[in-house]
Amino acid sequence: MITVGHFVIYLRRVFSQLFKPPFRFSQFFEHLEKIGVDSTLVVVLSTTTTGMILALQLGYIMRMFHAEMFVGSAVAMALSRELAPIMTAIVLIARNGSSMAAEIGSMRVTEQLDAMEIMAVDPIHYLVVPRVWAAFFIFPVLTAVANIVGIAGAYFVSTTVFQVDASLFFQKIYLFLDPNDVYSGLMKSAILGVIVALISTYNGYITKGGAKGVGRATTTAVVTSTVAVLVADYIMTDILLNTLMRAG
Amino acid sequence: MTDIITITDLHKSFGTQKVLDGVNLKIEKGKITIIIGKSGTGKSVLLKNIIGILKPDSGHITYKGEDITTFNTDKILDMRRDFGYLFQDAALFDFMNVGENIAFPMVEQLEMANKKELAEKVAYLLDLIDLPGIENKLPSELSGGMRKRVGLARALAVDPKIILFDEPTTGLDPILADSIDKLIVKVTREMDLTSLIISHDIPSAFHIGDKIAFLYDGVIAFDGTPQEAEQSNHPVLQRFIANSLGRRAHA
Ligand SMILES: Nc1ncnc2c1ncn2[C@@H]1O[C@H](COP(=O)(O)OP(=O)(O)OP(=O)(O)O)[C@@H](O)[C@H]1O
Ligand SMILES: [Mg+2]
Repeated sequence: MITVGHFVIYLRRVFSQLFKPPFRFSQFFEHLEKIGVDSTLVVVLSTTTTGMILALQLGYIMRMFHAEMFVGSAVAMALSRELAPIMTAIVLIARNGSSMAAEIGSMRVTEQLDAMEIMAVDPIHYLVVPRVWAAFFIFPVLTAVANIVGIAGAYFVSTTVFQVDASLFFQKIYLFLDPNDVYSGLMKSAILGVIVALISTYNGYITKGGAKGVGRATTTAVVTSTVAVLVADYIMTDILLNTLMRAG
Repeated sequence: MTDIITITDLHKSFGTQKVLDGVNLKIEKGKITIIIGKSGTGKSVLLKNIIGILKPDSGHITYKGEDITTFNTDKILDMRRDFGYLFQDAALFDFMNVGENIAFPMVEQLEMANKKELAEKVAYLLDLIDLPGIENKLPSELSGGMRKRVGLARALAVDPKIILFDEPTTGLDPILADSIDKLIVKVTREMDLTSLIISHDIPSAFHIGDKIAFLYDGVIAFDGTPQEAEQSNHPVLQRFIANSLGRRAHA
């Protein structure tokens, strides 16, 4: 309960600083680049294989109904709605959430955060805010990449294993994939990015007790972010489905 | 003789551990005050209370007549413009090189934007600490002593009125320690600063200090000039001095 209270106070501090000038562009771009460089390859590898596995599983079932040309649209739907945002978030937690916690945590235990404060710079503004913005922008970008390579994986499996005609594959995707599925997935992933950045930086920020404490902060950041991402995804999916159903 | 900082009945505990238990101390303007005391007695904690990164449980700290324990964040930030602070382990930003570290307070606090001016000032400060030309090195590439000296340069970068030094010479070789001592005396006198220094080096403390304050058991058990300290009949202080000198003789 105490930690929840502290986290709420932390959230308030971060949100009060989000739009406060000066905007730290160089910090922001540094983190964008870092996340991109660190994680693109892993995102590509894990979602390509996810697309391929899904296509394989669905393909065998759908072939029974002579519906293997729908594999692409089914995979595209699953990816864009759920799997791409979630897989991307999990990869980014492992690569970047952990390093956010470790970097800020080791700055805490070596008094660098205190030093910053003494020089009249709020560490939340200098270190946390650029990371939150970077995550907000880069999560959807990598999710979009995940969608594309995941569908490419499905395309490869559909056309080779199940001999689906290439143009048919895309035609069905075009027919069944609602752009709203893609948008809602990207929107979700931006919010997941903010959640991951907030939880990870928070665990770094409150680190205590030397190198051991940094290790603990990193583990807690990864575990908490993972659970939070899944819970938040469920809640957002619920809300999105409700509004889409009502609209549709 | 004016007091620039007055500490009155300062208490600070961490959980059940009482660290400061009624500290009273006056810091005179333009003087070098040295705080001595055993490891773990709360010297660093005292300094952090003065600069406002730790909040006292009770008691008062006045700076220029105003009670800083009642300050809001903006006023604390304002006050800190007057202070330079050297952390015990330097606390250099590990994601910046040496030059960026030293420039940081100039950019953030003095809002200096001219790259050339910044580079010149950084070079000047690096000269001052006898480490010219290491602007592009990362803190992780420096020795402990070098880091400490860069920390010193960063603390002096904003032309502070008061410098708080947490063990500026610990871990340096005697010759270097001596030159840092001289540097502190020089900047204090020439720039009319007030220095508050934590030190474990008793001979140096007695040599450069205008005033010695002995922190023991949560209180300032003695304060006065080095002469008064030497002649005092405070048993613990005498033992502390004797021990420190003895250890140095052994080393
Ligand atoms: N942020 C903190 N949280 C909890 N305990 C702390 C904190 N800072 C200091 N302490 C405790 O307060 C006591 C005094 O610490 P402090 O660092 O002030 O000692 P010191 O006199 O500077 O010692 P040294 O000469 O070794 O630097 C120590 O027991 C330390 O564990
Ligand atoms: Mg200390």
